[in-house]
Amino acid sequence: MAAEHHRTIRTRPLHGPATRMTGKATRIAGQTVAALLLALPFWPSGAQAKLHTVAIDGMTFGPPPTGVRVGDVVVWVNKDMFKHTATARDRSFDVDIEAGASGRTVVRRPGKLTYSCRYHPGMIGQMMVAK
Amino acid sequence: MIRALTMTTVLAFSAAAAAQATGPTDAQIAHIAYTAGEIDIAAAKQALAKSKSKQVRDFAESMVRDHVAVNEKALGLVKELGVTPQSNPTSTALDSQGAKKLAELAKLSGRAFDRAYVQNEVAYHQTVNDALRTMLIPNADHARLRGLLETGLRLFQEHQLHAEQVAKTIDEHGGGASPHDPHASAPRAGY
Repeated sequence: MAAEHHRTIRTRPLHGPATRMTGKATRIAGQTVAALLLALPFWPSGAQAKLHTVAIDGMTFGPPPTGVRVGDVVVWVNKDMFKHTATARDRSFDVDIEAGASGRTVVRRPGKLTYSCRYHPGMIGQMMVAK
Repeated sequence: MIRALTMTTVLAFSAAAAAQATGPTDAQIAHIAYTAGEIDIAAAKQALAKSKSKQVRDFAESMVRDHVAVNEKALGLVKELGVTPQSNPTSTALDSQGAKKLAELAKLSGRAFDRAYVQNEVAYHQTVNDALRTMLIPNADHARLRGLLETGLRLFQEHQLHAEQVAKTIDEHGGGASPHDPHASAPRAGY
Protein backbone atom coordinates (compact mmCIF):
# COMPACT_ATOMS: atom_id res chain seq x y z
CA MET A 1 0.00 0.00 0.00
CA ALA A 2 2.71 2.44 0.98
CA ALA A 3 4.76 1.58 -2.11
CA GLU A 4 1.76 2.11 -4.35
CA HIS A 5 1.11 5.40 -2.69
CA HIS A 6 4.72 6.38 -3.17
CA ARG A 7 4.58 5.34 -6.80
CA THR A 8 1.42 7.34 -7.24
CA ILE A 9 3.03 10.38 -5.82
CA ARG A 10 6.07 10.02 -8.03
CA THR A 11 4.02 9.71 -11.16
CA ARG A 12 1.67 12.54 -10.39
CA PRO A 13 3.53 15.61 -11.60
CA LEU A 14 1.75 18.02 -9.23
CA HIS A 15 3.41 16.58 -6.19
CA GLY A 16 6.99 16.16 -7.37
CA PRO A 17 9.75 18.52 -6.26
CA ALA A 18 10.78 18.91 -9.90
CA THR A 19 7.33 20.25 -10.75
CA ARG A 20 7.39 22.66 -7.86
CA MET A 21 10.55 24.24 -9.22
CA THR A 22 9.04 24.29 -12.68
CA GLY A 23 6.00 26.05 -11.26
CA LYS A 24 8.19 28.73 -9.69
CA ALA A 25 10.24 29.03 -12.85
CA THR A 26 7.08 29.40 -14.83
CA ARG A 27 5.94 32.13 -12.48
CA ILE A 28 9.21 33.99 -12.82
CA ALA A 29 9.14 33.66 -16.58
CA GLY A 30 5.58 34.90 -16.62
CA GLN A 31 6.45 37.90 -14.46
CA THR A 32 9.42 38.74 -16.64
CA VAL A 33 7.32 38.64 -19.77
CA ALA A 34 4.70 40.80 -18.10
CA ALA A 35 7.34 43.31 -16.99
CA LEU A 36 8.78 43.41 -20.49
CA LEU A 37 5.34 43.93 -21.97
CA LEU A 38 4.63 46.79 -19.55
CA ALA A 39 7.98 48.41 -20.22
CA LEU A 40 7.54 48.34 -23.97
CA PRO A 41 4.95 50.95 -24.98
CA PHE A 42 3.14 48.83 -27.49
CA TRP A 43 -0.38 49.94 -28.15
CA PRO A 44 -3.04 48.30 -30.28
CA SER A 45 -2.63 51.09 -32.84
CA GLY A 46 0.96 50.02 -33.38
CA ALA A 47 2.36 53.52 -32.62
CA GLN A 48 4.67 53.93 -29.61
CA ALA A 49 2.89 56.11 -27.03
CA LYS A 50 4.77 58.14 -24.43
CA LEU A 51 3.96 59.15 -20.89
CA HIS A 52 4.11 62.84 -20.02
CA THR A 53 3.72 64.38 -16.57
CA VAL A 54 2.13 67.67 -15.57
CA ALA A 55 2.57 68.58 -11.91
CA ILE A 56 -0.09 70.65 -10.17
CA ASP A 57 0.95 72.74 -7.18
CA GLY A 58 0.19 76.11 -5.66
CA MET A 59 -3.06 76.36 -7.64
CA THR A 60 -1.08 76.18 -10.89
CA PHE A 61 -0.51 73.70 -13.69
CA GLY A 62 3.21 73.13 -14.02
CA PRO A 63 5.06 73.66 -17.30
CA PRO A 64 3.43 71.77 -20.15
CA PRO A 65 5.32 68.82 -21.61
CA THR A 66 6.82 69.03 -25.09
CA GLY A 67 6.83 66.39 -27.74
CA VAL A 68 3.29 65.28 -27.01
CA ARG A 69 1.64 63.30 -29.79
CA VAL A 70 -1.85 61.97 -30.34
CA GLY A 71 -2.21 58.74 -28.43
CA ASP A 72 0.25 59.77 -25.70
CA VAL A 73 -0.73 59.66 -22.05
CA VAL A 74 -0.65 62.75 -19.82
CA VAL A 75 -0.32 62.01 -16.13
CA TRP A 76 -1.58 64.81 -13.88
CA VAL A 77 0.16 64.76 -10.52
CA ASN A 78 -1.61 66.84 -7.91
CA LYS A 79 0.92 67.93 -5.31
CA ASP A 80 -1.39 70.64 -4.03
CA MET A 81 -3.48 70.51 -0.87
CA PHE A 82 -6.66 71.02 -2.92
CA LYS A 83 -8.61 68.74 -5.21
CA HIS A 84 -8.33 69.92 -8.81
CA THR A 85 -9.53 68.87 -12.23
CA ALA A 86 -7.85 68.78 -15.61
CA THR A 87 -10.66 69.73 -17.92
CA ALA A 88 -10.15 70.22 -21.64
CA ARG A 89 -11.67 73.35 -23.07
CA ASP A 90 -12.89 71.29 -26.05
CA ARG A 91 -14.43 68.90 -23.48
CA SER A 92 -12.40 65.97 -24.76
CA PHE A 93 -11.50 65.06 -21.19
CA ASP A 94 -12.43 65.95 -17.63
CA VAL A 95 -10.35 64.29 -14.94
CA ASP A 96 -10.81 64.74 -11.19
CA ILE A 97 -7.57 64.64 -9.25
CA GLU A 98 -7.68 64.47 -5.45
CA ALA A 99 -5.02 66.24 -3.44
CA GLY A 100 -1.91 64.08 -3.41
CA ALA A 101 -3.25 61.80 -6.13
CA SER A 102 -2.79 61.59 -9.86
CA GLY A 103 -4.99 61.06 -12.89
CA ARG A 104 -4.34 60.27 -16.49
CA THR A 105 -5.63 61.25 -19.90
CA VAL A 106 -4.99 59.94 -23.38
CA VAL A 107 -4.70 62.90 -25.73
CA ARG A 108 -6.69 62.15 -28.84
CA ARG A 109 -6.74 65.39 -30.83
CA PRO A 110 -3.85 67.23 -32.50
CA GLY A 111 -3.31 70.96 -32.10
CA LYS A 112 -3.38 73.39 -29.21
CA LEU A 113 -4.85 71.75 -26.12
CA THR A 114 -6.13 74.18 -23.50
CA TYR A 115 -7.14 72.84 -20.12
CA SER A 116 -8.25 74.30 -16.83
CA CYS A 117 -9.50 73.34 -13.40
CA ARG A 118 -13.28 73.39 -12.99
CA TYR A 119 -13.05 74.47 -9.37
CA HIS A 120 -10.37 77.08 -9.89
CA PRO A 121 -11.08 78.74 -13.24
CA GLY A 122 -7.93 80.86 -13.16
CA MET A 123 -5.84 77.70 -13.38
CA ILE A 124 -5.22 77.35 -17.08
CA GLY A 125 -2.63 75.42 -19.03
CA GLN A 126 -1.87 74.74 -22.66
CA MET A 127 0.12 72.16 -24.55
CA MET A 128 0.75 71.40 -28.19
CA VAL A 129 -0.20 67.97 -29.44
CA ALA A 130 1.36 66.73 -32.65
CA LYS A 131 -0.27 64.18 -34.91
CA MET B 1 -29.95 93.82 1.11
CA ILE B 2 -26.96 91.83 -0.07
CA ARG B 3 -24.99 94.99 -0.76
CA ALA B 4 -25.84 96.28 2.70
CA LEU B 5 -24.54 93.16 4.37
CA THR B 6 -21.40 93.24 2.25
CA MET B 7 -20.87 96.85 3.30
CA THR B 8 -21.16 95.70 6.89
CA THR B 9 -18.41 93.17 6.31
CA VAL B 10 -16.22 95.84 4.74
CA LEU B 11 -16.90 98.14 7.66
CA ALA B 12 -16.01 95.37 10.09
CA PHE B 13 -12.61 95.03 8.50
CA SER B 14 -11.96 98.76 8.29
CA ALA B 15 -13.21 99.41 11.82
CA ALA B 16 -10.84 96.78 13.07
CA ALA B 17 -8.02 98.38 11.14
CA ALA B 18 -8.84 101.79 12.55
CA ALA B 19 -9.11 100.50 16.10
CA GLN B 20 -5.67 98.93 15.96
CA ALA B 21 -3.11 101.54 15.05
CA THR B 22 -0.43 98.87 15.06
CA GLY B 23 -2.36 96.37 12.93
CA PRO B 24 -3.65 92.95 13.94
CA THR B 25 -1.27 90.46 15.54
CA ASP B 26 -0.56 87.05 14.03
CA ALA B 27 -2.84 85.51 16.65
CA GLN B 28 -5.67 87.77 15.55
CA ILE B 29 -4.91 87.37 11.85
CA ALA B 30 -5.00 83.60 12.21
CA HIS B 31 -8.35 83.80 13.97
CA ILE B 32 -9.81 86.10 11.31
CA ALA B 33 -8.62 83.96 8.42
CA TYR B 34 -9.84 80.77 10.07
CA THR B 35 -13.21 82.33 10.85
CA ALA B 36 -13.62 83.58 7.29
CA GLY B 37 -13.12 80.02 6.07
CA GLU B 38 -15.50 78.52 8.64
CA ILE B 39 -18.22 80.94 7.60
CA ASP B 40 -17.90 79.88 3.98
CA ILE B 41 -18.03 76.23 5.01
CA ALA B 42 -21.26 76.83 6.93
CA ALA B 43 -22.77 78.69 3.97
CA ALA B 44 -21.80 75.85 1.65
CA LYS B 45 -23.36 73.25 3.94
CA GLN B 46 -26.58 75.20 3.92
CA ALA B 47 -26.45 75.27 0.12
CA LEU B 48 -25.86 71.51 0.00
CA ALA B 49 -28.91 71.02 2.22
CA LYS B 50 -31.12 73.28 0.09
CA SER B 51 -29.96 73.53 -3.51
CA LYS B 52 -30.99 71.16 -6.28
CA SER B 53 -28.72 72.73 -8.88
CA LYS B 54 -25.74 70.63 -9.90
CA GLN B 55 -23.64 73.70 -10.61
CA VAL B 56 -24.41 75.22 -7.23
CA ARG B 57 -23.83 71.91 -5.41
CA ASP B 58 -20.51 71.34 -7.17
CA PHE B 59 -19.47 74.83 -6.21
CA ALA B 60 -20.60 74.38 -2.59
CA GLU B 61 -18.79 71.05 -2.33
CA SER B 62 -15.58 72.64 -3.52
CA MET B 63 -16.03 75.41 -0.92
CA VAL B 64 -16.24 72.82 1.84
CA ARG B 65 -13.31 70.82 0.48
CA ASP B 66 -11.00 73.76 -0.12
CA HIS B 67 -11.71 75.67 3.07
CA VAL B 68 -11.45 72.56 5.23
CA ALA B 69 -8.09 71.83 3.58
CA VAL B 70 -6.64 75.29 4.08
CA ASN B 71 -8.05 75.64 7.59
CA GLU B 72 -6.54 72.31 8.59
CA LYS B 73 -3.23 73.55 7.21
CA ALA B 74 -3.66 76.77 9.18
CA LEU B 75 -4.34 74.92 12.44
CA GLY B 76 -1.23 72.83 11.95
CA LEU B 77 0.85 75.88 11.16
CA VAL B 78 -0.21 78.00 14.13
CA LYS B 79 0.47 75.04 16.40
CA GLU B 80 3.97 74.74 14.96
CA LEU B 81 4.57 78.46 15.29
CA GLY B 82 3.24 78.51 18.84
CA VAL B 83 0.58 81.04 17.88
CA THR B 84 -2.77 80.77 19.63
CA PRO B 85 -5.56 82.21 17.46
CA GLN B 86 -7.15 85.08 19.34
CA SER B 87 -10.76 86.14 19.03
CA ASN B 88 -11.12 89.82 18.12
CA PRO B 89 -13.76 92.37 17.02
CA THR B 90 -13.20 91.58 13.34
CA SER B 91 -13.70 87.86 13.62
CA THR B 92 -16.64 88.40 15.96
CA ALA B 93 -18.25 90.75 13.45
CA LEU B 94 -17.62 88.24 10.65
CA ASP B 95 -19.27 85.53 12.72
CA SER B 96 -22.38 87.55 13.48
CA GLN B 97 -22.79 88.63 9.86
CA GLY B 98 -22.32 85.06 8.74
CA ALA B 99 -25.08 83.97 11.09
CA LYS B 100 -27.36 86.76 9.84
CA LYS B 101 -26.79 85.74 6.25
CA LEU B 102 -27.51 82.07 7.04
CA ALA B 103 -30.81 83.09 8.67
CA GLU B 104 -31.73 85.24 5.71
CA LEU B 105 -30.93 82.51 3.14
CA ALA B 106 -32.78 79.93 5.23
CA LYS B 107 -36.03 81.62 4.23
CA LEU B 108 -35.33 81.12 0.52
CA SER B 109 -35.60 78.06 -1.67
CA GLY B 110 -35.18 76.92 -5.27
CA ARG B 111 -33.70 79.32 -7.76
CA ALA B 112 -34.16 82.26 -5.40
CA PHE B 113 -31.91 80.56 -2.88
CA ASP B 114 -29.37 79.59 -5.54
CA ARG B 115 -29.18 83.13 -6.82
CA ALA B 116 -28.88 84.68 -3.36
CA TYR B 117 -26.32 82.15 -2.17
CA VAL B 118 -24.05 82.54 -5.18
CA GLN B 119 -24.36 86.33 -5.30
CA ASN B 120 -23.36 86.46 -1.66
CA GLU B 121 -20.42 84.17 -2.36
CA VAL B 122 -19.17 86.55 -5.04
CA ALA B 123 -19.48 89.55 -2.74
CA TYR B 124 -18.10 87.73 0.30
CA HIS B 125 -15.03 86.45 -1.52
CA GLN B 126 -14.38 89.89 -2.94
CA THR B 127 -14.48 91.42 0.53
CA VAL B 128 -12.25 88.80 2.11
CA ASN B 129 -9.80 89.09 -0.79
CA ASP B 130 -9.48 92.78 -0.17
CA ALA B 131 -8.96 92.22 3.54
CA LEU B 132 -6.32 89.57 2.90
CA ARG B 133 -4.50 91.84 0.50
CA THR B 134 -4.66 95.09 2.44
CA MET B 135 -4.79 94.06 6.08
CA LEU B 136 -4.02 90.44 6.86
CA ILE B 137 -1.05 89.66 4.61
CA PRO B 138 0.83 92.93 5.10
CA ASN B 139 0.52 92.63 8.88
CA ALA B 140 1.54 88.99 9.20
CA ASP B 141 4.83 88.67 11.07
CA HIS B 142 5.64 84.99 10.58
CA ALA B 143 6.76 84.37 7.01
CA ARG B 144 5.08 80.98 6.90
CA LEU B 145 1.79 82.46 8.05
CA ARG B 146 2.12 85.09 5.37
CA GLY B 147 2.79 82.30 2.84
CA LEU B 148 -0.34 80.43 3.87
CA LEU B 149 -2.40 83.62 3.75
CA GLU B 150 -1.13 84.18 0.21
CA THR B 151 -2.31 80.68 -0.65
CA GLY B 152 -5.62 81.63 0.93
CA LEU B 153 -5.76 84.75 -1.21
CA ARG B 154 -5.19 82.75 -4.38
CA LEU B 155 -7.85 80.33 -3.27
CA PHE B 156 -10.37 83.07 -2.50
CA GLN B 157 -9.65 84.69 -5.87
CA GLU B 158 -10.34 81.42 -7.67
CA HIS B 159 -13.48 80.91 -5.62
CA GLN B 160 -14.65 84.36 -6.56
CA LEU B 161 -14.07 83.56 -10.24
CA HIS B 162 -15.89 80.25 -9.87
CA ALA B 163 -18.78 81.93 -8.06
CA GLU B 164 -19.05 84.53 -10.83
CA GLN B 165 -19.23 81.75 -13.42
CA VAL B 166 -21.94 79.94 -11.50
CA ALA B 167 -23.86 83.20 -11.03
CA LYS B 168 -23.83 83.68 -14.79
CA THR B 169 -25.12 80.15 -15.30
CA ILE B 170 -27.97 80.78 -12.90
CA ASP B 171 -28.93 83.90 -14.75
CA GLU B 172 -28.75 82.20 -18.14
CA HIS B 173 -29.96 78.67 -17.50
CA GLY B 174 -31.40 78.66 -14.02
CA GLY B 175 -28.48 76.98 -12.34
CA GLY B 176 -27.82 73.97 -14.48
CA ALA B 177 -29.46 70.58 -14.37
CA SER B 178 -30.32 68.81 -11.18
CA PRO B 179 -28.14 65.79 -10.42
CA HIS B 180 -30.84 63.44 -11.69
CA ASP B 181 -31.65 65.24 -14.90
CA PRO B 182 -31.19 62.73 -17.75
CA HIS B 183 -30.75 65.59 -20.20
CA ALA B 184 -27.90 67.15 -18.31
CA SER B 185 -24.90 67.80 -20.50
CA ALA B 186 -21.94 66.98 -18.35
CA PRO B 187 -18.38 66.95 -19.68
CA ARG B 188 -17.37 63.54 -20.87
CA ALA B 189 -15.30 61.60 -18.38
CA GLY B 190 -11.62 61.34 -19.18
CA TYR B 191 -9.77 58.14 -20.15
